[in-house]
Amino acid sequence: MAAPALSSTRAIMPTAVRASRSLWADAWWQFRRHRLAMVALGTLAFLILFTLIGPLLYQTKIDVIDFTLSLKGPSPDHPLGTDDLGRDLLARLMVGGRVSISVGLTSVLLAITLGTTIGALAGFFGRLDNPLMRLTDLFLSLPILPLLLVIIYLFRDSLRAVFGPELGIFIMIVAVIGVLTWMPVARLVRASFLSLKQKEFVEAARAVGSPDRRIIMRHILPNVMSPVLVAATIGVGGAILTESTLSFLGLGFPSDVPTWGRILFDARNYLDIAPHWAIFPGLCIFLTVLSINFIGDGLRDALDPRKTS
Amino acid sequence: MGRYILRRLLIAIPTVAVISFVVFAILALAPTDPLSSFGADPRVPPEVRAAIRTSLGLDDPWPIRYVKWVTSLAQGNFGFSFMSHSPVIDLLKQRLPNTLAVVGVAYVIGVLLAVPIGMISAVKRYSLFDHISTTFAFVGFSVPTFFTGIILIIVFSINLRWFPFIYDSNLQIHDLASFLDQVKQSIMPITVLALFDTATIARYTRAEMLEHLPLDYVRTARSKGLKEQVVVLRHVLRNSLIPVVTLVALGVPAVFGGAIVTEQIFRVPGIGELLVRSIGDGDTPVVAAILLIFAVLVVMFNLLADVFYAVLDPRIKYS
Repeated sequence: MAAPALSSTRAIMPTAVRASRSLWADAWWQFRRHRLAMVALGTLAFLILFTLIGPLLYQTKIDVIDFTLSLKGPSPDHPLGTDDLGRDLLARLMVGGRVSISVGLTSVLLAITLGTTIGALAGFFGRLDNPLMRLTDLFLSLPILPLLLVIIYLFRDSLRAVFGPELGIFIMIVAVIGVLTWMPVARLVRASFLSLKQKEFVEAARAVGSPDRRIIMRHILPNVMSPVLVAATIGVGGAILTESTLSFLGLGFPSDVPTWGRILFDARNYLDIAPHWAIFPGLCIFLTVLSINFIGDGLRDALDPRKTS
Repeated sequence: MGRYILRRLLIAIPTVAVISFVVFAILALAPTDPLSSFGADPRVPPEVRAAIRTSLGLDDPWPIRYVKWVTSLAQGNFGFSFMSHSPVIDLLKQRLPNTLAVVGVAYVIGVLLAVPIGMISAVKRYSLFDHISTTFAFVGFSVPTFFTGIILIIVFSINLRWFPFIYDSNLQIHDLASFLDQVKQSIMPITVLALFDTATIARYTRAEMLEHLPLDYVRTARSKGLKEQVVVLRHVLRNSLIPVVTLVALGVPAVFGGAIVTEQIFRVPGIGELLVRSIGDGDTPVVAAILLIFAVLVVMFNLLADVFYAVLDPRIKYS
């Protein structure tokens, strides 16, 4: 039962005033007061709609090559201009955003799953604590960006052969970002587990004979979820940045799969004649990551029980 | 204390050993053949190729290759670059000063700006200054460094023509004019890196100061009648800086990582640029050496951070 999870946080709040609200409704009430986070939420919603619904409304093809239109600035036919092959930039940004955002979400999902599992095991079972934390320290000592570059370069071709050019690279980038970024979450979850497993509600659960598995999943984990959610939100921004950095270094997706980073990479040699080509994808990355960071900040404030007064 | 440092050093050694093994394993297990760029010439008969492989020791079983590699590393021998046929160590010596000139200066500037910004922000919480610096910090760590770089190039190199956008590493400083040229060509890469560093560290300093400001010892200091300036600078700042120092030490390796991108944009011939180029060329000895250097940097600065923490914070006792 998740009941003890709620009441432990609720105890601090003036229950008489807002007794009917749940934890999440309360968090939402707090979150709405963070003005920048609300603006950021709106911006992010717009950007997600832009990539999801945009291509349905704006029907221009992303791969129509027309050299007479090469490197043209914004015009009524091509609202954001064209690239060196005369392809429409707006359409490419919409489709590219899908890839960038889904890489961000999927790799964070992987990192959170790994981190929570490892952190929970280390925090709950004393025997596993030392070996798992040494493993975490080891992963923290790995130079992430250089290693990412090397792994992707070395294994790109074999994965491409198995899963095809798009899916292969997607799986690879998501897996590598996920496997190299779970460590902070593991530490966070472990620390919370260490303190929570001493609490009375866990003792009570144990006294009624709940097995370990149930204590972890139903009693402790729900209490750990709010800091994990904050870490995950900020992680999505980080993962989008990492993917675009890889693409920018020419080690991300192949050039026929437009992602925001890849479009910037292709544009970098035409800054003098076609600055719009670099500016628009850069702005997309920047706005997405900025709004995600503000939302993370708002969530942190909203979910912090000390602040609820 | 000496004992603690010694023990911490002893833990660092196996960490480096395991990391060197990881680096080796990734490069050795990769399906890409290190000789593919080198021996792909169809005129080279298979016997010759096999002979090259044997002479390079590529046919030995991997444990032997790993031991050979580690022993030569321990003797300071990083091997030879496949591409330029010069010793890896020479390449690194050429590149390192360029990286340090950009990355090092940027980090120092970042720290020097960030601590006062974070402090003022925390003391004058919710003031105009705090709002501006918070926004600035969020922008600073949300904007990808390659995008900042590109914007700077578009504005300052292409439109205003103030600074060159290609870094000339052959520039010798011998008089004021050449010194100014060096400043001009370093300004943009340094700004890009410093923006990011300042944002992260300022945010962290602010958070630490805010944790400390409501504590009892601060109230005590005030009630003794100390001036606010003394309370903030002598009491709060000192205590808040302990974790900041740790963060600054821990951030150094990440800064080198960030330099990979910046060096790529401004074509600074540094370590990061060498890494990206060597990865593209399949130049395994250089890649392995740079990866290992990055890893050693991380371990070393982790160690330094722990030692700083132990030295600065008297509450922490290590036995």
